[in-house]
Amino acid sequence: MSEPLTARVVGPAPHITSKESCGGIMLWVVGALAPAAIWAAISMGAPAVLTLAVCIGATLGTEAAWNAIARRSQTIFDGSALVTGLLLAMSMPPRTPWWISLVAGFIAIALGKMIFGGLGWNIFNPALVGRAFVSLSWAGVIAAAENYGWFRVLSLPAVGEYDAISGATRLALAAADRAASGAYGFDLAAQYQPLLFHNLEGSLGEVSAGLLILGGLVLIVRGIIDWRIPVGYIGTMGLLSWAFGSDPIFNVLAGGVMLGAFFMATDYVTSPMSRNGRLVFGIGCGLFNAVGRFFGPMPESTTFAILFMNGLAPLLDRFTRPRTFGWVKSDE
Amino acid sequence: MGRAVFRGGVHPPEHKDATAGLPVEWAPLPERLVVPLSQHLGAPCKATVAAGDRVERGQVVGDIEAMVSSPVHSPVSGTVAEIGTTLTAAGSVVGCVVIDRDEEQDLDSYVAVPDGDDRRARVRAAGIVGMGGATFPSVVKLTPPKGMEITTVILNGCECEPFLTCDHRLMLEQPERVVAGAGYIRDMVGAKRVVIAVESNKPDAAAALKAVATEGIEVTVLPTRYPQGAEKQLIYALVKKEVPHGKLPAAVGVIVHNVATAAAIADALELGKPLTERVVTVTGSVARPGNYRVLLGTLVSELIEAAGGLTGDVERVISGGPMTGMALGSLDVPVTKGMSGIVALPKGMAAAAVSDDQPCMRCGRCPESCPMGLEPYAIANYAHRAMWDAAAKRDALDCIECGICSYVCPTNRPLAQLIKVAKAAAMAKGVKA
Ligand code: SF4
Ligand code: SF4
Repeated sequence: MSEPLTARVVGPAPHITSKESCGGIMLWVVGALAPAAIWAAISMGAPAVLTLAVCIGATLGTEAAWNAIARRSQTIFDGSALVTGLLLAMSMPPRTPWWISLVAGFIAIALGKMIFGGLGWNIFNPALVGRAFVSLSWAGVIAAAENYGWFRVLSLPAVGEYDAISGATRLALAAADRAASGAYGFDLAAQYQPLLFHNLEGSLGEVSAGLLILGGLVLIVRGIIDWRIPVGYIGTMGLLSWAFGSDPIFNVLAGGVMLGAFFMATDYVTSPMSRNGRLVFGIGCGLFNAVGRFFGPMPESTTFAILFMNGLAPLLDRFTRPRTFGWVKSDE
Repeated sequence: MGRAVFRGGVHPPEHKDATAGLPVEWAPLPERLVVPLSQHLGAPCKATVAAGDRVERGQVVGDIEAMVSSPVHSPVSGTVAEIGTTLTAAGSVVGCVVIDRDEEQDLDSYVAVPDGDDRRARVRAAGIVGMGGATFPSVVKLTPPKGMEITTVILNGCECEPFLTCDHRLMLEQPERVVAGAGYIRDMVGAKRVVIAVESNKPDAAAALKAVATEGIEVTVLPTRYPQGAEKQLIYALVKKEVPHGKLPAAVGVIVHNVATAAAIADALELGKPLTERVVTVTGSVARPGNYRVLLGTLVSELIEAAGGLTGDVERVISGGPMTGMALGSLDVPVTKGMSGIVALPKGMAAAAVSDDQPCMRCGRCPESCPMGLEPYAIANYAHRAMWDAAAKRDALDCIECGICSYVCPTNRPLAQLIKVAKAAAMAKGVKA
């Protein structure tokens, strides 16, 4: 009568799990970033491909080596280091010297994640830690890479005039104009189209804000990221840009805002877990990004805005703790 | 019906199609029945018969005088083979009465419970307990503490666990019994309002109930969302009141009974019928899934045989639903009053054995989905480090063990399991939350 029980698992409830897995989620993020990354590689060519390869190779290699040396179980297949490498590359200008990319990838994983104990334990977004480290160490080199002047080699009708002015990014130009006269030397609204679809200044992630938005929307609809972070972020950024007398749409499309809002700030590990916390977190990112852009030393302040809010995330979780069901005044 | 009526929750694949359309049929009667003396929450019964005794169907074979207890009856006419012990689905060992049945069985006749005016006494004598799985003796719930007014009776026909369809079939095939039971319960506790709650995935059951519902008995269709059938969530959905921490539903003037319990109460009061059989959904990887009417004391192995046996690569066999049920270590355990289903989960569908070496990736799914508003990741972390006081401070004791946190976790952290341990440890230490 009795059935053999050898192959049977006896474990506590629940006995089924959702199909969601860490690797699956990471693959969705990679997939959502892929169109923008591929389009950047096509548009910017070999330097962009090299930056992608070095960043991803460095993050995966560092994690594999760390695990091997520390005798931890190998985690490079959980997809998280891949996402970090991809995000890091997207935040880099394509002409970044390869050794800077390598250092950034190493720092991102080693100091951004593994030193804290690996996935889940770090406070700051690893990709941004790597990016911040190299920006601070080789600011000049990276700025030069950013201002490489793609528009001198490629002419686009929408920015044809601007082409002749300088090799500096429009973001830097706009900031310089603001500082000089308070008025802009070029039409910000005319920049929407290139920023959305085909912009060759700045980093890989600035090639197409449109493809990043598309990827971000996919992640929201798929339930992987919470809309509260990008909406809070982009909304605040736009609102403050307008309040500071600039063009809100130009300011949310230019620079790293879209990459930051949809892909960096939404990193699970380094953002709050509660819904309200996430909304506040997004608003905070937008606030510091805008303040940095309009009043800071550098127009590109996305990295530091998000890193700063990463530091506040645990606090936000604390202040937005849910109320336990049933803890009400009894109406006896 | 998409409107959520409680916080959090999930909607796992239902897997009810295999059995939802199948009428209840009698499982073959076993030659020998193993009737546990403890099929309820509370004091276990003492055998009232001895080896060699003849017993009739419906005759009491075990009882005990205690506040929270419930007698057990012989489901067949036959001879007591022995008074022994048996393993149960929960993994404990309890006393049992082993009965060899007579060849001829008349299932329509039984020893009726003593007649009388005291309805509560008859419900107790019939051995009725919560049939949704809680197995709390019904008579206790029907006797509200002094000074507590019960205004609303809720009959739970949500059956929100995946796979299970026994309540669905009962409501569809015998709605009048459910409605009759609802009426008796209302009269016994003096409530004004009776609501029978059905999830939106069982419109036919809701319609059947509405068709026979008598004056003052409401049938409410709720969205299909796990754990809609959990007591606190169900009460909130229907009366918009939160059962206060550490209190019983009676604190908000409500009692909740399962629909099958209500039907059994109607049988006891109208026909004097003791609880000797129940409907069990046998499904998953079995050859002939179905809703079987099973004599209590039938072995699960025999029941699975009746359903054509296990098929394929079965990894876990669950008593109850897959979210809260128990994985059986042995199939030679008897069917009891609270066993709603036997679900054979194949490899791939069953959760892997739990391990605690996966990190929390802070995705936020568990706090978002916890119907009690807890932060499972945090409680589990404390439990992992044996910090019971800290776990209790984060309201571990409010966990209803619905299993959702473990279900949603992408890194498969054994959250519900750790929290269960934290609860037990905190209670053992007498920690005040
Ligand atoms: S098992 Fe407990 S902690 Fe986990 S989701 Fe359910 S109520 Fe919340
Ligand atoms: S569901 Fe798992 S990974 Fe997500 S927050 Fe909870 S414990 Fe962490």
